[in-house]
Amino acid sequence: MSEVPDTGAETPQSAAARLFDLRVLIGGLFVLYGIMLTVAGFFTTPEELAKASNININLWMGIGMLVIGTFFLAWWRLSPLRHDQPPDATGTGL
Amino acid sequence: MLRLHVNPFDYTILGIYFALVIAIGVIARRAVATSEDFLLSGRSLPAWVTGLAFISANLGAIEILGMAANGAQYGLPTVHFYWIGAVPAMVFLGVVMMPFYYGSRVRSVPEFLLRRFNPATHLFNALTFALAAVLIAGVNLYALALVINALIGWPIWLSIVISAFFVLAYITLGGLSGAIYNEVLQFFVIIAGLVPLVVIGLHSVGGWSGLQDKISHTKLGASAFSTWGGVGVGNWTNPLGDWIGIVFGLGFVLSFGYWTTNFAEVQRALAAKDLNAAQRTPLIGAYPKIFIPALTIIPGLIALAVIPNLGTPKGATYNDAIPLLMGKYLPNGALGVALAGLLAAFMAGMAANVSSFNTVFTYDIWQTYIRRGRRDRYYLQVGRVVTVVGILIGIGTAFIASGYSNIMNYIQLLFSFFNAPLFATFILAMFWKRTTPWAGIAGLAAGTIGAAVMHFVGYDIAYFYPHQVLDPTHATINAQMLNFYGAIAAFVADLVVTVIVSLATKPKPVSELGGLVWGLPDPNAPDPASVPKPAWWASPKLLGGIALGIVLVLSIIFA
Repeated sequence: MSEVPDTGAETPQSAAARLFDLRVLIGGLFVLYGIMLTVAGFFTTPEELAKASNININLWMGIGMLVIGTFFLAWWRLSPLRHDQPPDATGTGL
Repeated sequence: MLRLHVNPFDYTILGIYFALVIAIGVIARRAVATSEDFLLSGRSLPAWVTGLAFISANLGAIEILGMAANGAQYGLPTVHFYWIGAVPAMVFLGVVMMPFYYGSRVRSVPEFLLRRFNPATHLFNALTFALAAVLIAGVNLYALALVINALIGWPIWLSIVISAFFVLAYITLGGLSGAIYNEVLQFFVIIAGLVPLVVIGLHSVGGWSGLQDKISHTKLGASAFSTWGGVGVGNWTNPLGDWIGIVFGLGFVLSFGYWTTNFAEVQRALAAKDLNAAQRTPLIGAYPKIFIPALTIIPGLIALAVIPNLGTPKGATYNDAIPLLMGKYLPNGALGVALAGLLAAFMAGMAANVSSFNTVFTYDIWQTYIRRGRRDRYYLQVGRVVTVVGILIGIGTAFIASGYSNIMNYIQLLFSFFNAPLFATFILAMFWKRTTPWAGIAGLAAGTIGAAVMHFVGYDIAYFYPHQVLDPTHATINAQMLNFYGAIAAFVADLVVTVIVSLATKPKPVSELGGLVWGLPDPNAPDPASVPKPAWWASPKLLGGIALGIVLVLSIIFA
């Protein structure tokens, strides 16, 4: 009952190595949100400021998200993903 | 009064996020060629990705809203769900148990039971897990629809259809990789959405001391800030009951049962690229887990301090704490991000269950019992179809949740019946090679019955009521405490029955247990000398030890 999956000749090779690098997406989204919020932060109305206990939250959040987004993009550029799996890796661990 | 003033700027932010959610599914599709690519990400992901997905799979919106509700209702004792009730189990999973799971190359937690015990044990676990997974996916879906309805006014059915469509799209396309990548992204967005609430909220009540002062004037009182106060056995006053229930019921049985055997969690580690990365998955997840209470319990307390009549018949319910703070404090823009985080968290809570359900159903039920020995391509197709079916069942079961006022308790109740006995079976399976195949199913069944019996008998036991006085209406029972004791009952019943049946039946030959039981090495394992030793900072023992140390220090500070 404990057989491993049938990895016969027709079983295609794993394509896991083609998975994209998530860091680009996290970095991209946070930089985009960061720019949007930072710009919005320059147009904060007095009512909005009073609502948020006198903290210009869009500005601070925007800057914070820019920093995090930049960190991910920098990490991605400085240490790119390498797939050093052998070409015959089946992904089934066999 | 919950209605948020969402404007086009917020909708733009939401739109960008949801476009990205779908994009992840579409791009991850390219990396799916085999059933293991689809159901286990081809075991290729780095530890930081699986580690954050590990914590994110648990950081669904029900968890976030529920823990904020517990924070408002009980105060700081809620940290027991994070510290003693999670971190030790995560460390144990990473340091002790992961070599059995990852090293034996099983593709699911039920498959471990199949190899260690017998088909009966396997089928029992696979079916109960699959049932729980679709139920909880439905709970998430229904809760999401309720929140969208309250916050932005969409009809319930529309929210259910749209959110189910998004989850369906990114899982059927990208498989587990689509789910895991979205979970990691969601982790950062939900944190970005919650941090501003805490910052603004604490600023407006005058910081931590201002919060303590304001809470001391509420019905919670100053004891809200003592996590271990009133846990004496016999005369407990802590909202979570006595220390036996907290330490053994929550910290040992429920926590270890959930974190070390729930496949929705363990699956993330099985997707890691090697054993070291799999071991580090729950350990990397443990660090955010330690600090997430700051983003859930503190908003709950802030809401109690600043929202009039919260948790009373005249006011909003505790579950509304975070949405109420969002409406009260956040300007458009920040509001859009917080809303994106909240909606993403609902989808992640559902997606984690669906992506583990499809794996268990495809490999453990379909491939093992119904259609064996087909080509891999066939099982890839089954995985996709089962994903669609699972989501449809989730929609159907969504309404089961509607009969319960506190969703969190409902989920805990489910886990205490299905999950509580599991850890007893696993611990014996991994550390006592005499444990026999038939003891597996007998123990699990006995434990599940034990939990259910305790749950129903407990309502007539005075000890579970405040001041230890029976309430004939059963309304004031300490449901959390009863749940912890139910877990203890399940554990003891499972342990006793497993040992008795083991002594009366025939064990598996030692030759079939290699790699599955402590002290019996896997004959197929690579030579230890040929596996590169991880860097010192990647040592599971070091990472686990530091996490436990931080929890210990924090527990003393906030005792």
